[in-house]
Amino acid sequence: MEFGPFLLLALMEGLVGAAVLALTASGLSLVFGVMRVVNVAHGEFFMLGAVAAWFVSQWVPGPPAVAFAVALVVCPLIVAALAALADLAILKRLKHEPEATIVATIGLLYILQQAALTVYGPEARPVPAPFEMRLQLPWFGWSGYKLFVIGAAAAVLLGLWLMLTRTRAGLVMRATQIDRETATAFGIDVTRVHAGTFALGAALAAVAAVLIVPIQQAHYLMGGDPLLLSFIVVIIGGLGSLRGTLLAALLIGLSDGVISTFFQPTLAKIVATLLVALVLVFRPQGLFGARA
Amino acid sequence: MTRALTLPLSRRSVLAGGAALAATTSLPRFVQAQSAQPIRLGFQLHRTGIGAAYGRWYERTALAALKVVNEAGGISGRPVEILFEDDATDPRRGAEVVEKLATQAGVDLIFGPLFSHVVIGSAPRAAELKIPYLVCSEGYHVASGKLNRWVLQPGITDVRAQVTAMAPWVTQNLGRKVTMIFPDYAFGHDHRDFFSAAVEAQGGEVVARIAIPPTETSFTRYFPRIPRDTEVLYHVMVGPAVLSFVKELGEFYGTGPRPQIFGFIDSLEAVDIASPGLQFLEGSHFWEGQCRMLQPDASDAERFYRAAVGVDDAGAAVEDPRNVSCYGHMFSVWETLFAIKQGMEACNWRGPQDRQAFVEAVEAITDMPAGRERPQGAKVFNARLHQAFGHQFITKLDGGRLVKVHETRIEDSLYDSDVDYTAMPF
Repeated sequence: MEFGPFLLLALMEGLVGAAVLALTASGLSLVFGVMRVVNVAHGEFFMLGAVAAWFVSQWVPGPPAVAFAVALVVCPLIVAALAALADLAILKRLKHEPEATIVATIGLLYILQQAALTVYGPEARPVPAPFEMRLQLPWFGWSGYKLFVIGAAAAVLLGLWLMLTRTRAGLVMRATQIDRETATAFGIDVTRVHAGTFALGAALAAVAAVLIVPIQQAHYLMGGDPLLLSFIVVIIGGLGSLRGTLLAALLIGLSDGVISTFFQPTLAKIVATLLVALVLVFRPQGLFGARA
Repeated sequence: MTRALTLPLSRRSVLAGGAALAATTSLPRFVQAQSAQPIRLGFQLHRTGIGAAYGRWYERTALAALKVVNEAGGISGRPVEILFEDDATDPRRGAEVVEKLATQAGVDLIFGPLFSHVVIGSAPRAAELKIPYLVCSEGYHVASGKLNRWVLQPGITDVRAQVTAMAPWVTQNLGRKVTMIFPDYAFGHDHRDFFSAAVEAQGGEVVARIAIPPTETSFTRYFPRIPRDTEVLYHVMVGPAVLSFVKELGEFYGTGPRPQIFGFIDSLEAVDIASPGLQFLEGSHFWEGQCRMLQPDASDAERFYRAAVGVDDAGAAVEDPRNVSCYGHMFSVWETLFAIKQGMEACNWRGPQDRQAFVEAVEAITDMPAGRERPQGAKVFNARLHQAFGHQFITKLDGGRLVKVHETRIEDSLYDSDVDYTAMPF
């Protein structure tokens, strides 16, 4: 294929990856920023969103678009409720201590993964896309749905930004992030903020999964890759910095698309991991991190 | 991390399955045997992990064959039991499963795995434990001579033989400039090496070789590497994302010009060929180990097998048309169980003390005629290679149906080799 179209395809593929990654990683980043919890089970919330979307697609009659719309609303809510429950039942009891919560979320990862295996089974199952549309370019065809994924992810991220900067809930979350004790002194119910943040983080992963599942299929082991990439993005962007997370997601997503199209996907992973190492050595707080 | 956790689950379900099996197999017709002790076979099953779709159908086929064997009096008049153990389609776990089945469960021998990395990872342990290990794996690793005398493959032709038999048809009917897309591990490498050699022997050329990790979930990024002058696109994929692979291939070519497509049915095992997005496959060709859709000239044996396993004429489960089978591969489980029966009866199997005699008895098999024991068709067994050689089928997707257009002869699949397992020590 000629260089121009080749690059175009690489960038388009990279943008899809970046969009989904930005959603997933912003959830992880938010949870760390506000709660100081490294959520190792984040990828499993992503997986649960996809699996839930498959169940919705089975239960909701009518055209795929209706089931998809229902899934886009219901699945993140289910996953968010589950996450809030996990926070109240497990993480709160550990007083959100960093070391303890890492171990606890590792356990949560296994519990969620095995529960999915038990209930949903080991198969990869397709979820129909809300619409079948193909972009036919002179050099290659491309799924029109992937364009929708980019747009929808951008819309959700914009909504998240507005929520954090323009609403009372966002204000309370930012207050808790900056100083937990002072926030408590000002009458903020930190327990509720934590549960809500954990739920919101999980819901963002679930939204990403619902968007991606018509492309990828739902599978109980699908949480591994998003988790790894989210960590890479969050470390490069700076733990807890949403702006850094978004920029790093764009950087990693696009470079992954370009490098893996022109060379090898394995090389793309190597470069991303190398980047993490370099960031940790030369700028441990990340590109936009506030504290070392 | 996954595998550590799948263990307790599978152990429990194996116990439950074993108990249910024991309850159903204790039929009164085994009284004439010298010993009424059941023969216990271990099955290394890909119940979870990337091979789960195969595992589901391999288990179903094994249970169907077991029922047929037991209803006909078992092996040497003794009832047969199968103990399934999940290996999570993982090589390290595979070796542990061999160990567990042999030492803890005390099975007589082990059979059943498909994925080549699991077989290669497990075979050394089988040799250390000196237990026969019969694989349903297709890969060339058995016939290559790199495994050991305890590993046998009597139920399915290896990849080298398959592609050697089919390459002439591909180059003569579809084109001479081939691009190969294959999974990046042992099984895919067998395809890459031997199909390339076979095409070049026919005067053709492999213009690009695109390796894809079997755990990959997104494929579009690989397709620009398909050269423009490709005449035939040869694809073979495995893993949970095979449907995404073919869908994205369809999106990539769209309505534009595309090369001829020749795919191994592996890319579509357990996938409904009428899934949305797969319309572009119409007119493309497939290798099938056995034709998924019932052909008009199907033998009585094949019809019997299809009914026994519970597969409808389109290749899906009779009770659920959405549950599409792995029909191109799963016959190997059925045929391997009957090869085990033949070997055990030939060596007057008494118990684990006869394991070596069993291997020698299977090595003594040469002709494997078609029949209910071999519904896929006749085979010959090459004792030196520990490998069976059979017919291969090329089908064309025509009006949504896979129609047989070519059947290779057994002779077409033979190749020269100086491997000799029978000269190796036990």
